[in-house]
Amino acid sequence: MISEQLLYSLAGIGLFGIGLRATLLHHMLIPRLLALNVCGAGVFLIFITIAYAGAESRPDAVPHALVLTGIVVAVSATAMSLALGRRLEALNDE
Amino acid sequence: MMNDAIIWVIIIPLLGSLISISWSRYASLTAIISNLLALAASIVIVNQVYQSGPFIHELGGWQAGLGISLRADALSSVLLLMSMLVVSAATFYASSYFTDAVKRARFWPLWLMLVVALNALLLSGDLFNLYVTLELLSLSAVALTALSDSRAALQAAIRYLSIGLLGSLVFLAGVALVYMGYGTLDLLALSNKIDASPLSQVAFGLLTAGLLIKSALFPLHFWLPSAHASAPAPVSAALSALVVKVAVYILLRLWMDVFDQVLTPLSAMLLGTLGAIAVIWGSWQALQAQRLKLMAAYSTVAQIGYLFIFLPLIVALPEGSLKDAAFTALLLMALTHGFAKSAFFLSAGVIQQYCGHDRIAELAGTARALPLTTFVIALSGVALIGLPPSGSFLGKWYLVSSSFQAGQWWWVVVIAVGSILATAYVFRILGYAFGPRESVGRVLNGGRKEIPALILALFATLILGFGSAGLWDFVSQHRYFPGS
Amino acid sequence: MDFFDHLPLLILLSSLIPGLVIFLLREESHGLRTSLNLFGAVTKLALVGLMIWGVYHEWVSDMRWQITPDLELVLHADALSVVFVTLSTVLWLVTTIYAIGYLEHSPHRSRFFGFFSLCVTATVGLALAGNLFTFIIFYELLTLATYPLVAHKGSAEAVRGARIYLTYTLGGGVLLLIGAIWLHTIAGPIDFQERGVLSGLTQLDPWTLRWIFLFMIIGLGVKAALFPLHGWLPQAMVAPAPVSALLHAVAVVKAGAFGIIRVVYDVFGVEYADALGLLPFLGAIAAFTIVYGSVKALSQDHLKRRLAYSTISQVSYIALGAAILGPLATIGGIVHLVHQGVMKITLFFAAGNYAETLGVHHVSEMDGVGRRMPATTLAFSIAALGMIGIPPIAGFISKWYLGMGALQAGAGYWVIPVLIASSLLNAAYFLPILYRAWFKPAAEKWPKEKPQSGRWEMSGALMWPPVITAAVALLFGLFAAAPFSPLEWATLITAREYSR
Repeated sequence: MISEQLLYSLAGIGLFGIGLRATLLHHMLIPRLLALNVCGAGVFLIFITIAYAGAESRPDAVPHALVLTGIVVAVSATAMSLALGRRLEALNDE
Repeated sequence: MMNDAIIWVIIIPLLGSLISISWSRYASLTAIISNLLALAASIVIVNQVYQSGPFIHELGGWQAGLGISLRADALSSVLLLMSMLVVSAATFYASSYFTDAVKRARFWPLWLMLVVALNALLLSGDLFNLYVTLELLSLSAVALTALSDSRAALQAAIRYLSIGLLGSLVFLAGVALVYMGYGTLDLLALSNKIDASPLSQVAFGLLTAGLLIKSALFPLHFWLPSAHASAPAPVSAALSALVVKVAVYILLRLWMDVFDQVLTPLSAMLLGTLGAIAVIWGSWQALQAQRLKLMAAYSTVAQIGYLFIFLPLIVALPEGSLKDAAFTALLLMALTHGFAKSAFFLSAGVIQQYCGHDRIAELAGTARALPLTTFVIALSGVALIGLPPSGSFLGKWYLVSSSFQAGQWWWVVVIAVGSILATAYVFRILGYAFGPRESVGRVLNGGRKEIPALILALFATLILGFGSAGLWDFVSQHRYFPGS
Repeated sequence: MDFFDHLPLLILLSSLIPGLVIFLLREESHGLRTSLNLFGAVTKLALVGLMIWGVYHEWVSDMRWQITPDLELVLHADALSVVFVTLSTVLWLVTTIYAIGYLEHSPHRSRFFGFFSLCVTATVGLALAGNLFTFIIFYELLTLATYPLVAHKGSAEAVRGARIYLTYTLGGGVLLLIGAIWLHTIAGPIDFQERGVLSGLTQLDPWTLRWIFLFMIIGLGVKAALFPLHGWLPQAMVAPAPVSALLHAVAVVKAGAFGIIRVVYDVFGVEYADALGLLPFLGAIAAFTIVYGSVKALSQDHLKRRLAYSTISQVSYIALGAAILGPLATIGGIVHLVHQGVMKITLFFAAGNYAETLGVHHVSEMDGVGRRMPATTLAFSIAALGMIGIPPIAGFISKWYLGMGALQAGAGYWVIPVLIASSLLNAAYFLPILYRAWFKPAAEKWPKEKPQSGRWEMSGALMWPPVITAAVALLFGLFAAAPFSPLEWATLITAREYSR
């Protein structure tokens, strides 16, 4: 039987793979950005899985902190990409 | 106070960045002051490592494991010093470069954040801190690249960001696996714990892949030329000289310190081969380039390739003075390139502002009108080719020497071809300095712009060429941390 | 002896510092520039005189600067370096005077004289180099310093010629470097030592040493214009006459030839080189180049190009001397370093004078030039006769020793014919010029004549240098047996290079 941890880890890896494939295939900004965010979600899922220490004990807090930081970074990067994309569109329309 | 230099070198630019957002009138002054103070702090750090060896500082007193630790040893402190020198010179340059007030107001906070990111990265003591600072570096660099506000710059910036983000996520995946396997992210602890296992090998592969994207090794270099070529001149200088370099630094750190049990000669040989291709391909593209800054960007791709050729040699050489010498030569080449390439980009910026473009074919009159700038390009060109008396001449000497010693003589052919191509693309530009007409311009054409470039070029070509003796002992003695 | 130890550095600085200052001078500061140039040249001469005295009395001058744990910058004065340094210094002084006259009213003089001084600094540096590492550094610096001089005129042709020059020399530099590093890897840092270092290290693989020798000879042979690496030399004739004079008599070609001498004698050791079979290889290339250069010279109508091919031929005598085992041949090669320098610079000065004063660039335009410019043509004639090998001019001495050395080494059967053929060819391309100049009536009008000003045929700064150097060539021949003559020095050096 596959343990829960392994299942979630594989899910995380799977997400990462899906996101990776989409990143490499798409050339437009928004799809690529979404794909990268999916990649990110995959990695974060792996981290959360690592934090799980069993049904009885408290989960390890360190990976949670890492995930929070990672989310912040991903959001910032996404926001910046979108801002740049908008600016580029504005320039293209001129 | 002295012991806290390691904090000051990060905090001061951070404060400077915040101040320059609030009081944009004094932004450039703030930047100059904070960078000079940070430079002083970096000198203190180097001195401290020199006197008493590598040291670790735990932020807030919290132990490694939960807390963030900063560490300085010979490798990181020397790179830090080079970084601050380049940044300081580029800051002086930038203070008279931007004519547009809006751009200027946006530039300084981002520039200082870039400095914070660089310094924090070099001084990081654990893997996650490396991830965070890598991201910070990426974001600042992208924003600075986009500052040119041209279509090309924005496209390049968007691509840079996407690729950079991908690289960081791959890196983060590697970090996750490391934590899964060993329960800690502290580099010192990991260097003792990590042994060869499937998990560590996969983690190693992921971390390396992420860093290869960031350091623009062939074939993952495609984002670099357009980004470095369309950014404003001081930004290009920092990008080529520093941002790419620190990614190589992290890779070196992981390979030599942390994963030394995991890496295989084959993997090193793979990276070396990619580096060799980068040298030839990058130099060839530089020769074909029509614009000065594009040429310089491709030259960076080639020079990074040289750094990677060192890897299989360092791995193959036995522990001892030969290995240490090769490692120090790698550092020397990285330092020389940092100084030389930044000097080159700053000079290219001067030329671009003088005649409105940087097309190589139309350089003739400009090269004669700006003798000092042409001289700086000549000096940095000498360092890029690897001719004496530059530091990269010594670096290449040891690269060839190590190739012979390790029995891997094929790298010598690559180095020879790379040097010849570099000669061709550098002297393609310098040929324009000679023309039949009388007029030669004033020597100094804008001191604040030309003198910093001159100083950087002198570092690359004279100071490191003749004065690097102390570096060798310093690095071999204090390379690793205490306890490893 | 502390001062004497620092003498090499002072000699370097005596041209480096004036050079750097001259770069910053404004174009109009003629007086200051000239004074700096001459001051530097005279100071250097004085210091070199001191060095000659010291080395003759076997004082040791050795200065080291650690660059990396196993690489040292070494400046060392021995008899061989003294020969080359003296040649460079004296000829630099003469060429500076000539250049001041030649470039009057030319643009970019500060840049020219700045790089000119750097060029001499590099030449002196490689003469005083005490190990391969230092030699290579100054060898490459020489390339960098001479490039702007070749490109000086700024025409498309000049820049092209300079680029060809650079390609050849830096390409050769890469090979020299690889050879030297390889040698370092197997044998450690190599200080130049009389009788060579490698002969004592018998555990080294002979084939590796042969490859290293090949690389280094190719690298050095580019500058020394050995066939087939000579292609840059005729192209570099686009440079102004003082540059051609300097390049062909003193700096670049001699640096290559000097390097070959150093490698054969002070790195390998001539007897060991012979044992490895390297000398016949070098000798064959040298012999071929001697004949090839002379043959090509025959077909050149452009005077400077004819002289360029003559240089290609004559410098190979030095390599030939190094390639024959035996003290007499060694003496011949080393002494020709000096003699050829003096004679060739005379020829180039004269060629420059003809171009400047009369607009004469081709041999076919030289009819009757002797009557119009007697002093210059007299100097030209003396030097040309010396090149052919007619006693008592210096060139005869070198050829004599080479021939004697060849007989002594049992190589006479191929060397003597080469020497004879070369002399005949030299006669074939020089004597017609002399005949035209002295015995044919002048053409109606010179291509571009400058009016004769004053008593002499031309400005003093342009006329006296060739006369002086021609006189020196004559003196070196007449007084070859005197103490401190080039021949005596060559004998002194050779005595220390052989173990018997």
